[in-house]
Amino acid sequence: MLELKEVTKVYRVGAFGSRGLLAVDRVSLDVPAGTIVSLVGESGSGKTTIGKMVLRLIRPTSGRILFEGRDVNLMGKRKLKHYYRKVQGVFQDPFSSYNPIFKADRIFWMIRRSFFPKVPPRDWEQHVVEALKEVGLNPKEVLNKFPHQLSGGQLQRFLIARVFLLDVKLLVADEIVSMLDASTRVEVLDILLKLRERGGGVLFITHDLSLGYYLSDRIVIMYQGAVMEYGPPEEVFGNPVHPYTAFLLEAVPTLERKWKGGIPNIAGTAADIKDRDICRYAARCPHYNESRCRDPVLEEVRPGHWAACWRR
Amino acid sequence: MLEVRDLRVYYRTLKGHVQAVDGVSFSILPRETLGIAGESGCGKSTLANALVLLKPPMEYIGGKVFLGKDELPIADYDAMRRFRYRRISLIPQYAMDALNPTRKLGRIFRDLVMDLGIPFDGDLKRKLRERLEFVNLPQTVLRMYPFELSGGMRQRVVMVQASLLDPEVMFADEITSALDVSTQKAVVIMLQGFVREGFVGSLAFITHDLSVLYQIADRVLVMYAGKVAEILPCEKLIGGCRHPYTKLLLSSLPKVGLRHTEHPLVGIPGQPPALLSPPKGCRFRERCPEAFERCTEEPPLLEVGPGHLVACWGETGDA
Repeated sequence: MLELKEVTKVYRVGAFGSRGLLAVDRVSLDVPAGTIVSLVGESGSGKTTIGKMVLRLIRPTSGRILFEGRDVNLMGKRKLKHYYRKVQGVFQDPFSSYNPIFKADRIFWMIRRSFFPKVPPRDWEQHVVEALKEVGLNPKEVLNKFPHQLSGGQLQRFLIARVFLLDVKLLVADEIVSMLDASTRVEVLDILLKLRERGGGVLFITHDLSLGYYLSDRIVIMYQGAVMEYGPPEEVFGNPVHPYTAFLLEAVPTLERKWKGGIPNIAGTAADIKDRDICRYAARCPHYNESRCRDPVLEEVRPGHWAACWRR
Repeated sequence: MLEVRDLRVYYRTLKGHVQAVDGVSFSILPRETLGIAGESGCGKSTLANALVLLKPPMEYIGGKVFLGKDELPIADYDAMRRFRYRRISLIPQYAMDALNPTRKLGRIFRDLVMDLGIPFDGDLKRKLRERLEFVNLPQTVLRMYPFELSGGMRQRVVMVQASLLDPEVMFADEITSALDVSTQKAVVIMLQGFVREGFVGSLAFITHDLSVLYQIADRVLVMYAGKVAEILPCEKLIGGCRHPYTKLLLSSLPKVGLRHTEHPLVGIPGQPPALLSPPKGCRFRERCPEAFERCTEEPPLLEVGPGHLVACWGETGDA
């Protein structure tokens, strides 16, 4: 359904854009219908940039993003509007997604204005009530309220309710539960699973490996704009090939074991376009080998499990 | 050592008092790390702020706080100046985003110390250099502006800031929540080092993430709606916790190795009650799967094992 082909994004920084910052480097992935694909990585790994490119908030420097076979970046105004009926995004901070001056349910009326101006208000209200029930909210409790009167979890579910109003096939969910309590997270995650059941796709962006494991059909581990490893979560986390995946797994807090060892190496700066030919992870990698770590490519380790490291 | 007895701190609003901390008693022993857990809106941050920096709209209602032999005058903002930073300090939530963007970090450190009337001289400068080294920050950060540092680096700067005067107790409020897993681990291991090296006498670590808490705490205090739900030794958290709220918090945590197909997670339906007019009796009653008639009365905090206190009627044997 959604396909990224060799997508690259370079941000120009410095005086007159003298330096190129490689935010996303030749990333190819696909999100088939009815699957949840997780992008996992630390901050600065380019996962949010990918989400923004899929939503066409920014354009890639090179590469193509295809949705149902059509290039997203070649769409004109009308095609794009149609695209947004099928592809929507939800972001991390539920409070900054709303205008505090207006009531929270204004987002539904904005949808009606841009997509369904012909639907009479009474029918539209009925649609809204149904969509709210889909996301597990009691319409009586949440309608007609200002954003500050609702909790973070309620606001986040409001935004996801748009999925059920529009004909959304793909949801870009960028850290949508990281500001919520563990107890309210589950309800939001369940809606994503419901969308998956109905054949929708989700691009789930997170830094939480355990959430990635819980939810997704496929996991993509990213570091400084490049894909390090990807495959089904059982494979990637069960038999990690890339040292970076192993490093991340080691740092996940769990209730089963306490952290051992010293302070993890968290040094690292954003990739400059000049050092594109060396493995991104080289500076932190315990197995760095100058001759072998030149420009690693993704290779299939086991069926469906790909890694970009010579130590297979 | 810090001892808090029946502390009540409310927020004064136009509609009445929000009972954010309502009769909380606990103690932190020397060289101990106490973890404070609970959902948002349960009074964790209010508790920490009240002990160090109580100011309007927060209002002191009652209770006593002892630090060593001294009673802390927490209700008196000016009298607290003798204790603040020197003997009890706080890393407030989002502190790393609150560093003055127009001052270099060296200046921020100097201003902080001078403001307390302490000369920023050789000894303290040397200590600052040692502490920066301890948290793996280069000395050059002192000549940098806050925006030149990453989130993890700024978080370590505020950790050094709050502990520079070797306080007896330091509260760290949600300092790992905005960080990546690896930075989170680094920060927690450094904090453990702070306690081990005696930079801080004891530590109170506030977070909503029980799995991080488990890594650092010696004892865990679970708060719900402004009250203590359970206090227990950390090793008893898994398998040994008694309060239904603690059990539900644990069961809502995802972990690597759990898929939605085999182990669907259960959240806690509903949300903490509004503390403007909290329900009578047990405040968790409405969300509790084990609630019965008795729960409309206030549950006592019962000792069910060594160092293990639970506020639940289910423990009385009347259920």
